[in-house]
Amino acid sequence: MMRSVGVELVRDCSLGFAYTGGCARNRNRGEQKNTKKKWIQTQHSQKLPSFGRITTSSLSYSSGPQSQSLSVMADEIVFNKKERFDKDAAASIVKELRGTFCSGKTKSYEWRVAQIKGILRMLVDRERDIIEALYKDLSKPETEAFVAEISMATSSCSHALKDLKHWMKPEKAHTSFTTYPSSAEIVSEPFGVVLVVAPWNFPFLLAIDPVIGAIASGNSVVLKPSEIAPATSSFFRKYLEEYVDSSAIRVVEGAIDETTALLEQKWDKIFYTGNGKVGRIIMAAAAKHLTPVVLELGGKSPVVVDSNINLMVAARRIVSGKWGSNNGQTCVSPDYIITTKSFAPTLIDALKQALEEFFGKDLLQSKDISRIVNSKHYARLSNYLDEDKVSSKIIHGGQRDEKQLKIAPTFLLDVPEDSQIMNEEIFGPLLPIVTVDKVEDGFDIINSRSKPLAAYLFTNDKKLQEEFVRTISAGGMLINDTILHLTNPSLPFGGVGESGIGSYHGKFSFDAFSHKKAVLYRSFAGDSSARYPPYSPKKLRLLRALLQGNIIGIILTLIEFLRV
Amino acid sequence: MASLLALQEELRQNFRSGATRSVAWRKAQLRSLHRLLTEEEDQIFTVLHEDLGKHRVESFRDEIGVLLKSLKYSLTHVQKWMAPKKRQLPLAFFPATAEVMPEPLGLVLIFSAWNFPLALSLEPLIGAISAGCTTVIKPSEHAPATSSFLARAIPKYMDTKAIKVIEGGIPVAEQLLQEKWDKIFFTGSIQVGRIIMSAAAKHLTPVTLELGGTCPAVVDSRLSSSDREMAAKRISSAKWGCCNGQACLAVDYILVEEKLASNLIDLLKQSIKRNYGENLAESKGIARIVNKHHFMRLCSLLEDPRVSASVVHGGSVDEEKLFIEPTILLNPPLSSKLMTEEIFGPLLPIVTLKKIQESIEFINSRPKPLAIYVFTEDEKLKKRVLSETSSGSVTFNDVLLHYLADELPFGGVGESGIGSYHGKFSFDTFTHEKAVLRRHFFMEPQARYPPWNDFKLKFIRLMYRFDYLGVLLLFLGLKR
Repeated sequence: MMRSVGVELVRDCSLGFAYTGGCARNRNRGEQKNTKKKWIQTQHSQKLPSFGRITTSSLSYSSGPQSQSLSVMADEIVFNKKERFDKDAAASIVKELRGTFCSGKTKSYEWRVAQIKGILRMLVDRERDIIEALYKDLSKPETEAFVAEISMATSSCSHALKDLKHWMKPEKAHTSFTTYPSSAEIVSEPFGVVLVVAPWNFPFLLAIDPVIGAIASGNSVVLKPSEIAPATSSFFRKYLEEYVDSSAIRVVEGAIDETTALLEQKWDKIFYTGNGKVGRIIMAAAAKHLTPVVLELGGKSPVVVDSNINLMVAARRIVSGKWGSNNGQTCVSPDYIITTKSFAPTLIDALKQALEEFFGKDLLQSKDISRIVNSKHYARLSNYLDEDKVSSKIIHGGQRDEKQLKIAPTFLLDVPEDSQIMNEEIFGPLLPIVTVDKVEDGFDIINSRSKPLAAYLFTNDKKLQEEFVRTISAGGMLINDTILHLTNPSLPFGGVGESGIGSYHGKFSFDAFSHKKAVLYRSFAGDSSARYPPYSPKKLRLLRALLQGNIIGIILTLIEFLRV
Repeated sequence: MASLLALQEELRQNFRSGATRSVAWRKAQLRSLHRLLTEEEDQIFTVLHEDLGKHRVESFRDEIGVLLKSLKYSLTHVQKWMAPKKRQLPLAFFPATAEVMPEPLGLVLIFSAWNFPLALSLEPLIGAISAGCTTVIKPSEHAPATSSFLARAIPKYMDTKAIKVIEGGIPVAEQLLQEKWDKIFFTGSIQVGRIIMSAAAKHLTPVTLELGGTCPAVVDSRLSSSDREMAAKRISSAKWGCCNGQACLAVDYILVEEKLASNLIDLLKQSIKRNYGENLAESKGIARIVNKHHFMRLCSLLEDPRVSASVVHGGSVDEEKLFIEPTILLNPPLSSKLMTEEIFGPLLPIVTLKKIQESIEFINSRPKPLAIYVFTEDEKLKKRVLSETSSGSVTFNDVLLHYLADELPFGGVGESGIGSYHGKFSFDTFTHEKAVLRRHFFMEPQARYPPWNDFKLKFIRLMYRFDYLGVLLLFLGLKR
């Protein structure tokens, strides 16, 4: 198996040795200006009962907003017939963006700031459109749309605007006696042309947030929004390029075919948010071009609940993190609860009470709760509940409305470990509760599974907190609350193991899209002959001292040198 | 296969026990490694000479000495690196504390290369130990003496429950790649790098890939004659003095203005003569080509008649001794294999340009190199190189030396690699930065929670702007 993969790759390498990634070959900017066009995709979404994604999509070619010459209008007529977005179309976008990148304009501080300000303007001007798109895609309540998507994007922009100058500054590095005399610095440089592939659950935030990072670092970027949230996807296509420089920032809509066409191109970085299965495909595709990746994946994020807590506060925080945040369709959503056998009934009562406080008695009808994204995911979640050994474990909720794509908040108590619901990321409104004798036993359960994106613990016991932080590996952890850690730009947000590779937010977003170039400045003076052949035992002694920064040793050896 | 799984399980169990996490364990292992290098120094000189014909001084400078330096640096700093770093929180989070906690990734795999078979095995190991990981090292089978030395010496000095050496060639590497690791650190060629990364994708394993070089050196003709001489000296000793050009950081080709070419060639020739004497084939100061395969590869580069016509110095080969003379070529055709593949040997092409500024365009037309060396005093040119080209690193007025700077990340970009190491960066390479936020149960604004209404939306708007006065006014009913 390995061998065949290897052979195939080697063949790819030999075929692909002709290099297309560099700047100089795309220098022909004049040509690019004349052919400046924009892929505009028109989509006819058609939901099939079993397969709820867009099934037909087509593209039309039309001129960009700023080009109004006659020749371009002629282009428009020629290209107006519908075309598929294939490999060639993807290649031509990459070529154009690379041309822009190589012109150097995306590297300037002013350009970066102007783009981020453009996005901020879009957030203000188009707030209504965003909220409406999110409502169409997920029935997301307005406040939730504002809290979890628009505000987060706004604060990403303002944070970047405030600190960008500081981030861009080369970082001075100390040099030791070994390389004396010299000075050194680390320069952050943009990778080049990057691809952002966004998910459907926070279809606005998780698309625009990495784009903000990519722009802050000075890259050209293609955004591929999720086809499973078609309204938000078409929002980006309609509006984003209006507010930013479309010669460097593009939106390509589409599903598997379009993504495949995009993945065949050489990118300088790929940023993907989604699931582990696709994450593997993305990374394998990236390997062909040696493209570094950031993979923001998911996992089963556990919540361990101790008994010595402020019960209602904990219950509210769990309920708001689970159902108040896109109805459990969040990568850091509490996936299952671990608590002691004796405490479970008390906790369940409190959770029920919090649910009622927030969403009323009829949970299926609440306006403050998002729906399931589509019928495919609805069916997936229903299957979890319909498994024989699972359905008997439902202790609260379980009601469903297929037409409205709604499933009521549901608790399950002690479902068997080999059930689907305990082995796959739930990503929905179901919440299994696992009981243990001692809270600490919960840590072993977490450690026996793949590393989650987040791990939560509710306790007032300091010692337990320390043990949790020390023994459990997770992307991030939060004590006595849920989800909130990812709103803090001074903390990196990202997974480990199955929950992902790399991190972002705040300065970490800038770093995720920057290459850290080491720069050493030397002068022609101060050269130790010990570096050079012909070699002698004395040179060996001097090198010993030099490499260890042993100044006395250096002096002693040098005296010996002078004596000869 | 069963034995590999058992070995992995042993290492994983030991990792889970937490034994490798204590600062005491990490420091003890670093000290043992230091002891290994000092006590076995003679052995190391012998095996490196056996594998590559390296001189003792060269072996010390490029392998043992570098490692001792890194060990000392890591020993001094590891405790500080391990400490969680407190993070600022906006008042809106009050009361809470945030920190970033470095945590070891787990069980890691290191593939090393044959050109610096000791340094490229142990330098990443220093990072893995500092980070608190358990490690399997697969040394290169093309440096068999060093490989078997490592397999002997590591268990003698290091904690065998945490650090293992597995020897072998491609079949062993393939077996290793089937299994799940928490990190794979690879030094080697671009082709194998691709294979490693796509194998890693199956298990979502993060990778650090230290790949090819194709490092250009740019020499400005405006340098004074003594500076030019120094530049030639530095280039030639880094090219032929470091494993005879078989180094990822070696100068792959030189870019120079036409008018300086002949002068530079003379200076390089002088420097070769000074360093290795008249009879190069007999010189003890120069490493040989690693094996027949690479010898033949290099010879085939020279066999192209257009290339052999461009040889201006050297060019002689000795198949029996696997020796190729330091060879300088002037303007070989750019389409030749010599100019399209990484040379990784003692051949040094010089490409002439009309103006030195054209070197930027030239470099940009090729894959991103691991390093760019620029010999110039022109600040404007320095600035242009920094902002208009992309490479793993840039060194001005010297070659190779940035490898020794502990505070600089060492690694490539694009085709020259993914990720970086050395010093703190080695620690980071094997570490996951875990975000930890601690909250309390008091202070609970109900506005965080549904059912939603306008008041709550206003409150949240203000909180996101950190407009605390506004929040106060809102609660007092003074703000609409």
